Amino acid sequence: MAKKLRIRGHKVVLNRSAGGDAGITVMLTILGAFMFLPMIYVIMQSLKPLDELWMFPPRFFVRNPTFKNYRDLFMLMTTSWVPFSRYIFNTVFTSVVGTVGNLFFSSLAAYAMAKIKFPGGKTMFKTVRTSLMFHSTVTAVTSFLLMSTFGLIDTYFAIIVPAWATSLGLYLMKQFMETNVSDAVLESARLDGASELRTFWVIAMPMVKPAWLTLIIYSFQDLWNRGSSIYIHSEQLKSFNYAISQIMAGGIKRAGAHAASMVIMMAVPIIVFVISQSNIIETMGSSGMKD
Amino acid sequence: MSKKKAVVRSDMTRWQWTLKEMKNNWVGYAMVAPYMLIFTCFTVLPVVLSMVISFTNFNLLELPDIVWLENYIRLFLDDDIFVIACKNTLIFAIIVGPVSYMMALMVAWFINELPPRIRAIVTLIFYAPSISGQVYLIWGTLFSGDSYGWVNGILLDLGLITTEIQWFQDADYVMPLCIVVALWTSLGTSFLSNIAGLQGIDRSMYEAGAVDGVRNRWQELWYITLPSMRPQLMFSAVMSITSCFGFGGVVTALCGFPSVDYAAHTIMHHLDDYGSIRFEVGYSSAIAVVLFAIMIGANMLVKKLLSKVGQ
Repeated sequence: MAKKLRIRGHKVVLNRSAGGDAGITVMLTILGAFMFLPMIYVIMQSLKPLDELWMFPPRFFVRNPTFKNYRDLFMLMTTSWVPFSRYIFNTVFTSVVGTVGNLFFSSLAAYAMAKIKFPGGKTMFKTVRTSLMFHSTVTAVTSFLLMSTFGLIDTYFAIIVPAWATSLGLYLMKQFMETNVSDAVLESARLDGASELRTFWVIAMPMVKPAWLTLIIYSFQDLWNRGSSIYIHSEQLKSFNYAISQIMAGGIKRAGAHAASMVIMMAVPIIVFVISQSNIIETMGSSGMKD
Repeated sequence: MSKKKAVVRSDMTRWQWTLKEMKNNWVGYAMVAPYMLIFTCFTVLPVVLSMVISFTNFNLLELPDIVWLENYIRLFLDDDIFVIACKNTLIFAIIVGPVSYMMALMVAWFINELPPRIRAIVTLIFYAPSISGQVYLIWGTLFSGDSYGWVNGILLDLGLITTEIQWFQDADYVMPLCIVVALWTSLGTSFLSNIAGLQGIDRSMYEAGAVDGVRNRWQELWYITLPSMRPQLMFSAVMSITSCFGFGGVVTALCGFPSVDYAAHTIMHHLDDYGSIRFEVGYSSAIAVVLFAIMIGANMLVKKLLSKVGQ
């Protein structure tokens, strides 16, 4: 008992019930509130003056918004042992160098695996794909041993170098290169005498620009959010996130400044995401696992 | 993927052919070399080393002795806390894994037919918690143990409770709360991947489905949408499994370490306890190997389940 097809213009109208639409809207609203309200609460807390932070019963929304918490946060920063700008520099430096390196090395390897057929390439890719399953914290101790063998402990390299070769980075770039870079274009470049490296840089890389942005947001937010690391013990090399958490160890009198710091910490990855959003979604389209 | 070359000369053995191919494509090796070198040093070697060390009683100070399976025997027969950790990890994974997976899929599906601009905003709302780092600490403020915590405040004000509940210090509440926070931060890479997968499905497939008698959006989801995005389903399954078994940092940040009565003690915590606090590296490596085995097992199981989609 097939229903009659409805046709509007040249398009077949898909079967959608009003009840289903309503149900989905309700579900989406509930889930959205669950996701969104805590984020709003952080912002509200950061704008509350002291008497509203410690008020009973507590209110969700702020009544007399103030930037005093942000001012307090900056005041606290100036009292730190190592100049605060140093922590900011450390995080920005490791995030940027780590992300750029990851983009370069992962794309280079992804190009070779996707577009040059060489014995062993498939096995290498399978190994990388399997390693997507492993959480790096599981091997923290053995990684520490290796790091100290290589003499990387207490240097920026301990954070940066492992970030240059992430499994997800290679995985994303390879899937994208396979679907979006046509072999014919590469072949004609090669016939014109371009070296593989040149073909990669001049032809293939511009074609996968959306994938760069995906990799950038993924890698950047990961590095940006790093707190204290077991590989770093000099105060001068520690991260912004670590320094903020030290300020907050000062206890409840700093609750307002704490909320302000969370707002600042979350603002940066969110801005990076918003800027690159449209490109990101396009890339993830080819990210799935075939097989 | 690679086409079988028809020009394999009969006077060449397979080995010689491979060697020739390797020589011809040396540039491929040169290009993967930097990545593979770093990847091997910092991703493959730690795993291999963990497996080797798990058969020894290494403590970082003395040279390790080989003890074969002793660590594993102790782990399974003599360590009561490990049993608790396994139980918690499994409860956690069985709830958070499928729920976060379904959430990533369903939310992506719900918002798929919204107009692009609204979709972009909704995507940001759902994705923001997972990229915002330590912002999950706000749950500690919401569920703070004093009467200024928002939840306690509301419950006290309404007269539902008479004294504050120590949410993150109470063995009854620790686990459910951590599950909620985990779900809150779970819409990450797999969520984006699902959105993109849905966007990639050609509308004509749905139209053909409507002609062939698909009667509602649920049938459409099962018979058309899901089978077309199998690669994304697999990818997000792997990501969900990895994150739900590797969950631990959030618990430590919210409940302290160890959590009250080990109520939210996971395998991750147990590993950390032996590895970086007690320096029983051999033992902690054995825990890591067991965790790897569980993750691989879970992945194989999920692969089997996903092959049934759309049938």
